[in-house]
Amino acid sequence: MRTLVLAFIVSLFSTQAMAASGGVHLDSVEIDITDQASLQRGAKTFVNYCLSCHSASYMRYNRMAKDLGLSDEQVENNLMFASDKIGETMTVAMRAEDAQKWFGVTPPDLSVISRSRGTDWLYTYLRTFYLDESRPMGTNNLAFKDVGMPHVLWEQQGYMAKDDHGELVEATAGPMSTYEYNQVVGDLVNFLAYIGEPSKLQRMELAKWVLLYLALFFLVAYPLKKAFWRDIH
Amino acid sequence: MNGFMNWLDARFPATKMWKEHLSEYYAPKNFNFWYFFGSLALLVLVLQIVTGIFLTMHYKPDAALAFASVEYIMRDVEWGWLIRYLHSTGASAFFVVVYLHMFRGLMYGSYKQPRELVWIFGMLIYLVLMAEAFMGYLLPWGQMSYWGAQVIISLFGAVPFIGEQLALWIRGDFVVADATLNRFFAFHVIAMPLVLLGLVVAHIIALHEVGSNNPDGVEIKKNKDANGKPVDGIPFHPYYTVKDIVGVIVFLFLFSLILFYAPEGGGWFLEHANFVPADPLKTPEHIAPVWYFTPFYAILRAVPSINNSSFPGVVAMGLSIVFLFLLPWLDRSPVRSLRYRGPYFKIALVLFIVSFLVLAFWVRNLRQLYTHYLHRYSLLFILHSLSSCQSIQN
Repeated sequence: MRTLVLAFIVSLFSTQAMAASGGVHLDSVEIDITDQASLQRGAKTFVNYCLSCHSASYMRYNRMAKDLGLSDEQVENNLMFASDKIGETMTVAMRAEDAQKWFGVTPPDLSVISRSRGTDWLYTYLRTFYLDESRPMGTNNLAFKDVGMPHVLWEQQGYMAKDDHGELVEATAGPMSTYEYNQVVGDLVNFLAYIGEPSKLQRMELAKWVLLYLALFFLVAYPLKKAFWRDIH
Repeated sequence: MNGFMNWLDARFPATKMWKEHLSEYYAPKNFNFWYFFGSLALLVLVLQIVTGIFLTMHYKPDAALAFASVEYIMRDVEWGWLIRYLHSTGASAFFVVVYLHMFRGLMYGSYKQPRELVWIFGMLIYLVLMAEAFMGYLLPWGQMSYWGAQVIISLFGAVPFIGEQLALWIRGDFVVADATLNRFFAFHVIAMPLVLLGLVVAHIIALHEVGSNNPDGVEIKKNKDANGKPVDGIPFHPYYTVKDIVGVIVFLFLFSLILFYAPEGGGWFLEHANFVPADPLKTPEHIAPVWYFTPFYAILRAVPSINNSSFPGVVAMGLSIVFLFLLPWLDRSPVRSLRYRGPYFKIALVLFIVSFLVLAFWVRNLRQLYTHYLHRYSLLFILHSLSSCQSIQN
């Protein structure tokens, strides 16, 4: 019987190993949605480069102002190109049917994209566009094969190309170094993580008080139980 | 106060019920860790109902509005994010607690005579709970909500002869659609909770009629003192109320850790694909139901279809539940507790748990390559009840 159990356990692990599957290697990015400076830089990139095709239709401008440590005026003057009321959500003017015609697909709403795709995927995706003449936009992507979206941040990164080994190498240099570009994308992804769940800031803030309350409650409840149960053997 | 109680008691058995179910309900004094989960299940039930009421105030059961209304709750409703996470984490917590509660019953033979009905009511609660959770999971109207429902409902289509019509009748449309969402909403917020509450009352009344089992499996009613009170029993209130409060705090602490720091449960409690709005034209790469359904889903996937019909899988899945219902009669050993049972029962129980966990947590990695392993575990899961019968001689 013991051998049976052993074989059983071994079978668990042997198949576990097989489960590890391939796919694109994702670079990891550090997320800190309490870093307001990073979020502000990310917001700037977002409204300038993403928010013309992609909406973030669950995210309100004034909520962003509050969480990013900005005044309503600052947001209205610097970050609000697509709407005119601070209480509105981040919508875009591009019509879905036009987008379908131009890109072959309607650009997805980005409100919760960080929660469906994951931040590492976004970080990798935005950094792995490469030249590919077979594509209508002239670029392809490592993380998202045959994606309809063009390389929007080419003004920053320049263009990459695939070499004979399938590695990405610089084809046209951009004004930014790789390090600087990684920073820009990192801030952008950080911002996307923030708009994915703005209430996470409150959640993290409240957590310690709830846990502290329960810990104190335990210090009362446990001795109470002990006292009642003293005579039970 | 006394005057009021007298007035009340003359019209409603308030004091009588208090005594029968709490202050003079004698419970064995040797309850251990495993006995926290009954009261915890009740706690989570109340939590789900209360948070559910508040969610209903803001949620829109409409295919065009549902997904956005959930995000509206998460962002614009005061404390909406907390209420929603309490409800979504609560759903998983409910199953964790109920599974541990059932495991306790298996370990100590709490399903055995005279507690067969307690077990049957409990199994019915479990079934209704699965229906409740399944229908609730459709409501956020994300990709996994949609395609999970599509797959599960199509199971009914596997029933010979009437299957297609049956699936159509359940959906109210040829695919999962607005009609489905609306009826699932009705079932989730009214029909199922009503049935659930009724069954919980029946479960507790049946339990209090026969008395609680305990880790030693002895019958405390057989040994009474001069006043007719069980020597090894203690009144539920105050002894177990103060003890359960400690259990509740520890539970809430762990619950809060997940709720506040990992409400997605690493993709197990809130699946990543469910943050994409339902799209009837785009099938997700992997369709996996939420973790508490995966053991059954894995059985379904593992059993090969015959004549292009997945009916055998559906039958196997159904059997795995039917066997659990029949457990009080399948296991004919007079010994209740694991502590005094032979090695066969212990091995059967371990195999049962292992197969359950493997089926539950492996389904995500399901590949054609090793579905044959799943056959074995499915078989183990189903055969557990039968193998436990073989242990009568011990």
